[in-house]
Amino acid sequence: MQQPSTDRKLNPIEAADAASLAVHTQDLAKRYGKTVALSGLTMSVRRAEVFGFLGPNGAGKTTAVKLLVGLARPTAGEAWVLGTPVGDLRTRRRLGYLPELFRYQGWMKASEVLGLHCELAGLPRSAWKAEIAGALETVGLRERADDRVEGFSKGMQQRLGLGVALLGRPELVLLDEPTSALDPVGRHDVREIIRQLKDRGTAVFLNSHLLSEVEQVCDRLAVVDRGRVIATGTMSQILGQDGAVRLRVTGLPPAGRASLRAFGNLEDEGEWLTFRGLSPDRVPELVSEIVNQGGRVYAVEPRHETLEDRFLQLLKEQDV
Amino acid sequence: MHVLTIARLTVLEASRRKLLLALALLTLVVIVLTSWGFSRLPTMKGVTSAEVRVAASQLTILVAFMFSGVLALGSTLVAAPSIASDIESGIALAILPRPIRRSEVLMGKWLGLAVLIALYAALSGVLEMIGIRWATGYLPPNPTAALSFVAAEGIVLMTLALLLSTRLAPMTGGVIALVLFFVGWIGGIALAIGQTFANDTIINIGVGSRLLIPTDGLWHGAIFYLEPSDFLAAAQAAGRARAGNPFFADAALPLPYLLWIAAWILIVLVLANWSFARRDL
Repeated sequence: MQQPSTDRKLNPIEAADAASLAVHTQDLAKRYGKTVALSGLTMSVRRAEVFGFLGPNGAGKTTAVKLLVGLARPTAGEAWVLGTPVGDLRTRRRLGYLPELFRYQGWMKASEVLGLHCELAGLPRSAWKAEIAGALETVGLRERADDRVEGFSKGMQQRLGLGVALLGRPELVLLDEPTSALDPVGRHDVREIIRQLKDRGTAVFLNSHLLSEVEQVCDRLAVVDRGRVIATGTMSQILGQDGAVRLRVTGLPPAGRASLRAFGNLEDEGEWLTFRGLSPDRVPELVSEIVNQGGRVYAVEPRHETLEDRFLQLLKEQDV
Repeated sequence: MHVLTIARLTVLEASRRKLLLALALLTLVVIVLTSWGFSRLPTMKGVTSAEVRVAASQLTILVAFMFSGVLALGSTLVAAPSIASDIESGIALAILPRPIRRSEVLMGKWLGLAVLIALYAALSGVLEMIGIRWATGYLPPNPTAALSFVAAEGIVLMTLALLLSTRLAPMTGGVIALVLFFVGWIGGIALAIGQTFANDTIINIGVGSRLLIPTDGLWHGAIFYLEPSDFLAAAQAAGRARAGNPFFADAALPLPYLLWIAAWILIVLVLANWSFARRDL
C-alpha cells in the first residue's frame, strides 16, 4: 500500500539512530492540494516513553499520526516507525492505533470486533481468546462483550477502540485524542492504561489538545502549531528550567523598571512584576536592585508555570 | 490470507444487515407469483402446446430480464458504498493501519460481493426454472449458461461501482454506475437498430457502448441461451425485422468479446486498486 520513501536523506549514523527510536521523522510534510497540513515535522519518540503531541485544533496532529500509520502518504520528508520506514507491513504488526474519528462495524459484537483485529494483526488463533478477554477487561467492557457495537455510546466505542489498540502487546501505541468522548472516570482509566503500557515497555504517542492529560502522563512532549514543532523536550524543559518570579513592588520609577528587564522577560502589571526565565539564584540580586532603584518590595512569589501558560505563550510567540 | 477474511466479512455483513433475508423473501414471492402466472398459460382456451412453449420461452426471457435488472441494481447499491462508506464512517481508519494491504481489502470486498451475486443468480434462477418447468413443462435450452451471463452482468456492474467507490461518495458512485448501466442498455438497442437499418454510424456507437459497458452484451449472451432452437431458427428466417427486438439475440457471444469482458473486469479491478492505494485517508 503505502510505499516507503526512497528519497533517503539520513546518513548511515542517523539511520541507525532512527532504527533505535520508536518514531523518528525528518522534515515530514503533507499538503492536501493547496492546504499545508504539515510542514517540516522533525521529531523523535524514544522506545518505552510516553510522548505527548500537543497542539491547537488544526495544527496537523492527526495528519502526522495518519502519516505514521500509513493512512496518508507524505508529500516530502520521511518517517521511521520502530526502525522501519512508515508503511512497512511487518512493522504494523507491532503497532496499536486508536484513530480520532472512527467507528467499528455496528453489526458486530464487541468481542467480534476484537477477534477481527486479532486476525488482521496476524496473532496466532490460539491467543485470540485470551487477548480479547484481556482487552475487554482492561477497558472495562467485559460485561458488553456480546453486545452489538451499534448500541454503544461514543465513550464505549472509544473504550473499545483503546482495547483494539492494545491487542497483541504492541511496541508502539498511537492514541489520537483518546479521551475526547470519555467522562472523568474514563479519562482516569485511560491515564492508568497509558501508565501500564509504559511500565511494560510500550512507547505511547499521545496526540492531544488536552493539556492536563499530557501534563499528567507524558515523559516528553512536542508542541506543534501550523504543522511545525515549535518546542520539544521534557516537561521541565518545555516549561523552562528557570521558572518565573512574581513580585509586588511600589515606588519604582519608570527608568528603574526599564533597567530591570536585564533580569529576564518582564511582564509589568503595575504593582505586580513577573520575571520569566529568571534563575532562582538571581532572585536576591533582583530584590536588591529594586530596592536600590527606590522600590519597596512587599511580596516575592516563585511562580510555577503551568503547561497551559507555556503552551499559550509558545503559540503567542509564533504569532509575533 | 486477508482477502478471504474481508470476503467473509462482506458476506457476513450482508447476512447480519438482513439484506440476504429481504432478498430471499422478495425473490420467493416473485417466483411463486410468476410460476402461478406461467401455470395459467396451458389453461387458456384454444392455445396449442406449441404456442404455450413459445409464450413460455418469451416470458422466461422477460422474467430473466427482471432478475438481471434486480441483480444489476442490487449489485450497484451494495458495491457503491462498500469502500466509500467505510472511509466516511471511519471503519477504514481502524482496519487499514493493520498489516493488511489496501488491495487485499478491495479484492476481499470484490470476492465477497461476487460470491453473493453468483449465489443469488444461481439460487433464484434455479428456483424460477423449476417453477416454470412445473407450470408449463418448458425449460430453456441452456439455463446454466444463461444464469452465468446474468451473474456476470451483475459482477461487471459491481466491479464498476467498486472502482467508483474508491473515490466518490456512495450516492454519487451509485448514480453514475446506474446511469452507465442504462446508457449501455440504450447502446444495445441502438446497435440493434443500426443493424436492422444497416447504418454504420449507429452500429459503431452501439459496438462502442458494448465495449465500454459490457452489461448489455452479457444480457444478450443470456438471452441466446434462453431461446429454444426452433424459435431461433424461425426468428432468423424472419430476417432483419426481428433484429431490432431488444429481447432477442440471434447468436452466442463471440469468444473475443467474452475475452474482452474478462479483460474489462481485470482492467477495472487494476484501476480500482491503483485508485484506492493512492487515496489519502
